[in-house]
Amino acid sequence: MHRFANPNQFLRIANPLLPWVAWLAVLSIGAGLYLGLFQAPPDYQQGETVRIMYVHVPAAWMALFCYASMAIASAMALIWRHPLGFLIAKASAPVGACFTVICLATGSLWGKPMWGTWWEWDARMTSVLILFFLYVGYMALVDAFDDATRGQRAASILALVGAVNLPIIKFSVEWWNTLHQPASVIRLDGPTIHSSMLWPLLLMIIGFTAFYLAILVVRTRSEIAAAKIRNIRLGQVHG
Amino acid sequence: MDSVSEFFAMGGYAPYIWPAYLIAAGILVALLGLSLRDLKRNENTLKTLRAERRGGAIEEAES
Amino acid sequence: MSATSTGRTPATRKKKRLYAVLAGLTMLGVAAALVLTAFEDNIVFFYSPTDITQKDLRPGQTVRLGGLVEADSVKKADDGVTTEFVITDTNKTISVRYAGLLPDLFREGQGVVTQGTLGSDGIFLASEVLAKHDENYMPKEVADALKKSGNWKETEK
Repeated sequence: MHRFANPNQFLRIANPLLPWVAWLAVLSIGAGLYLGLFQAPPDYQQGETVRIMYVHVPAAWMALFCYASMAIASAMALIWRHPLGFLIAKASAPVGACFTVICLATGSLWGKPMWGTWWEWDARMTSVLILFFLYVGYMALVDAFDDATRGQRAASILALVGAVNLPIIKFSVEWWNTLHQPASVIRLDGPTIHSSMLWPLLLMIIGFTAFYLAILVVRTRSEIAAAKIRNIRLGQVHG
Repeated sequence: MDSVSEFFAMGGYAPYIWPAYLIAAGILVALLGLSLRDLKRNENTLKTLRAERRGGAIEEAES
Repeated sequence: MSATSTGRTPATRKKKRLYAVLAGLTMLGVAAALVLTAFEDNIVFFYSPTDITQKDLRPGQTVRLGGLVEADSVKKADDGVTTEFVITDTNKTISVRYAGLLPDLFREGQGVVTQGTLGSDGIFLASEVLAKHDENYMPKEVADALKKSGNWKETEK
């Protein structure tokens, strides 16, 4: 049972936190939606379509954040054979994939009226699409082996290898000419978004992050239970 | 009433803005629902397995 | 998982794995940087007017040309579909002719990316025009106030 000592410790810390992050997610997203849809003004160039940004940018941020968490957790699982690291990585993958799909879909819905195209193969869009394939590849690989540890190891290595894509996504708009605009929030000379639009954006980012943490606790708990079920069944077969 | 329809029209960009919000909401709600369903199922299975094992252990002890 | 079988302590094996992961990631990063640099010409989405004048284009070769739409350069032709405008990168300029619908964000002074061929007369015949957005987000009143006070700065190159 000592193999699950760490996951049990995780549950002792994470379970009491769950209602707090869940409420933080509900309140932040609620406030962000209210400000973004009702209070924020239309943009001087994009008009009302700027409101798509309040979903698109937080989703893009989460697509990167979930992958970074997945890669770090996978590294812990590979280096220190930390069973919890693998469970957190496995629990993060579907969440990150969902946020990546939201990012791509909302970006496309903004691009059509503003750029005049649903999709172009520029460096930013292509690298985000690759991020989506990395998530899908990870999820496929995790369950592809009969031997669970082999699947875990292969998927963790893929997660680590794919991490080179993260700086490429972030800096693609600076390194190369792209159709996508450069960064507006995280930049050296400060945000280039007016505060009336920055607040709903930040609230949505906080809300999405809290949503991810809440889902992460739920999914990790589920993975821990699944691992215990496997162990009991294996014990029944061998005993 | 006018301001309500004006709000939903989104300056003519309604066909782009509302689908963006609906897709995001749909995906996140589905993710939440599936995650909670998996958790409930796994925790229930674990409970049943443990109860069975305990039951088996008692039977073994009795025989 | 027994440590004695390899004659090493678990701690050194963990350290070894840590170094292996770090070394692997470093190599991967270097490899990725090399590949991306080598393929830079394929990764850039468009060329600036300066890039285009320096490039040896085959006649009829399709390229993307991007930059700012020069102020007061947009002219609608009499046929009602053809638009002519000048793309500038503040260094070189190229005239563009395009017949078709323009995106909502197409404006003088704003970024634009066009796809087409450079004619022998030096006019770029575009088959597609995409508007490019910059990183500035603000309400209309703020933009007007900035322009009025003279604090407006063009950030796009």
